[in-house]
Amino acid sequence: MNFQLSISGFTAIYLFMVTAFAGWVIIGRVPAILHTPLMSGSNFVHGIVVVGGIFALLNATAPLEQVIGFIAVLLGAGNVAGGFAVTQRMLAMFKTSGHDGASTHKHTKHPRRVTAVGSKSTSAQKT
Amino acid sequence: MLITLSQLVIGAVDLLAAFLLMFGLWRMASPVTAPSGILVAGIGMVAAILASFLYMFTVGAAAKPHLPVNIGLAVVALLLGTGIAWWTGRRVAVTAMPQAVALFNGMGGGAAAAIAAVELFGVETHAAVQLSVTLLGALIGSISLSGSIIAWAKLERLLDKPLHVPGLQVFNGALLLLAFALGGYIVFVTTGAGKPLLPMPELVEMFLGMSLLYGIMMTLPIGGADMPVVISVFNAFTGLAVGLEGYVLQNPALMIAGMLVGAAGLLLTMLMAQGMNRSIAKILFASFGPGKKTKRGAIKGSLKPVQASDAGIFMRYAKSVLICPGYGLAVSQGQGKLFDFVKLLQAAGVIVKFAIHPVAGRMPGQMDVLLAEAGVPYELIVQLADINEEFKTTDVALVIGANDTVNPAARTDKNSPIYGMPILNADQAKKCYVVKRGDGKGYAGIVNPLFYADCTFMVYGDAAAVCVAMAEAVRGLGAPAAAA
Repeated sequence: MNFQLSISGFTAIYLFMVTAFAGWVIIGRVPAILHTPLMSGSNFVHGIVVVGGIFALLNATAPLEQVIGFIAVLLGAGNVAGGFAVTQRMLAMFKTSGHDGASTHKHTKHPRRVTAVGSKSTSAQKT
Repeated sequence: MLITLSQLVIGAVDLLAAFLLMFGLWRMASPVTAPSGILVAGIGMVAAILASFLYMFTVGAAAKPHLPVNIGLAVVALLLGTGIAWWTGRRVAVTAMPQAVALFNGMGGGAAAAIAAVELFGVETHAAVQLSVTLLGALIGSISLSGSIIAWAKLERLLDKPLHVPGLQVFNGALLLLAFALGGYIVFVTTGAGKPLLPMPELVEMFLGMSLLYGIMMTLPIGGADMPVVISVFNAFTGLAVGLEGYVLQNPALMIAGMLVGAAGLLLTMLMAQGMNRSIAKILFASFGPGKKTKRGAIKGSLKPVQASDAGIFMRYAKSVLICPGYGLAVSQGQGKLFDFVKLLQAAGVIVKFAIHPVAGRMPGQMDVLLAEAGVPYELIVQLADINEEFKTTDVALVIGANDTVNPAARTDKNSPIYGMPILNADQAKKCYVVKRGDGKGYAGIVNPLFYADCTFMVYGDAAAVCVAMAEAVRGLGAPAAAA
């Protein structure tokens, strides 16, 4: 049996089209408040390029290819690790505010609750 | 047998990884599920990277003798790249995160370009379609690499002024056309249709050099205020380059992840451009002109400085306060102190909300992240479109570290470079306090008439220090119950 993949011609274009559509839909539902982590998160996702770098490096036959392959893996790894670290830190900040109002968050729309959190703020009055 | 098994495992793991990356992004749609989303994506990524070492069993005869060295190089590169970036990513200040994202994004673009270079320098001959896709990926990846580095330098303020050279856009256009022509020539020559004028590696080097140069030249004229949009564009570029190289390597995980980010980045860029009411083309190709010096004379009124304590006390007795935070707040790390002050106001019965401009800070949503870090509840953070009407009925607008996003010139002055950008209507509030470090202009380098308006008062100082002073003044008034 052969598990070698072969994606060519229209198959590739179909794959690109469907994925692009999926990306559009997935991102379209993210609220504006999360746009920064999202940018960082999608930055992390394209770090998968490191897999291609490893493939290229393992198949290198000449010193020049080895050097460029090394750079590819180095940069790709940096993309992955840096992207993850930054995104994770950003999202952890949102977690600490400890609110469960996420279900009400629609894209760029936020609940128009005017009243300030009265009961909470009095307890915050220290010193 | 080993080859088939390796291919099976790689195929299965990559399939899983592609699913996990998509699912991870899907979970990022809400602040509650987002932290688990990035974790899910991270698991998929680690699995794909580990599985990719199985490629060692599939290499051709030519690469077999080099395999031990290549594996060693791969491990070293992986550990080195991961180590450095992880260390940087964990340590970078919240305010410097946009730069960090730009830099890591550039790395991804560089990696895609490097993969393309390996393919191009390799001895095996390619079909015309495959070669064209490789070249296109190399072009886009290189632009993303060099452009991201320039964007990073601009945000780090290493490069302060946008470059304005007459005819630069023409030069850039010619450069890009030339790169395309050279790429076409490389395809033409490689498919055996003619003899190359120069040896192949030199042609490829020239092509990559042109692409890198174009990335630099296209980013240099763009003003710092537009940098978030530029970073988003390059994010989409890198995604696209990764997707294209994924096609060349026949790796569907790369194709899917790359294209996903390409589409996501495009949408995000459009949303951002919408927030600034400017077209993407205008941001990328029509740079901000140098600020006109004559404008200053046309502004009526004067700057009226007040003490932070006076401003604090005035807000304490106001009914409603809308806060417009900007990059200055991020720089001074004053978000926690600002929220302390806000809590004091709330205790005194003042209705306080945060009005967020879509491009406040150096990245869309940067203020949201910052305020979330300080512990401000989501309900108090309202986006421009939902809050702008409320300024009219608000007692005090507190502009803290923001400038261009509250500049009324965007509404009226057709000559202003930010004309047409939606702004927070801070000038419509009954009174406006502006916390600012000095008389300097905003990031876009434009004079702000709001600061000279009759109802506006300037509080000079570092945002964090001013917040502390305002809070002290309000505390000095005693318990809120004592007030009428």
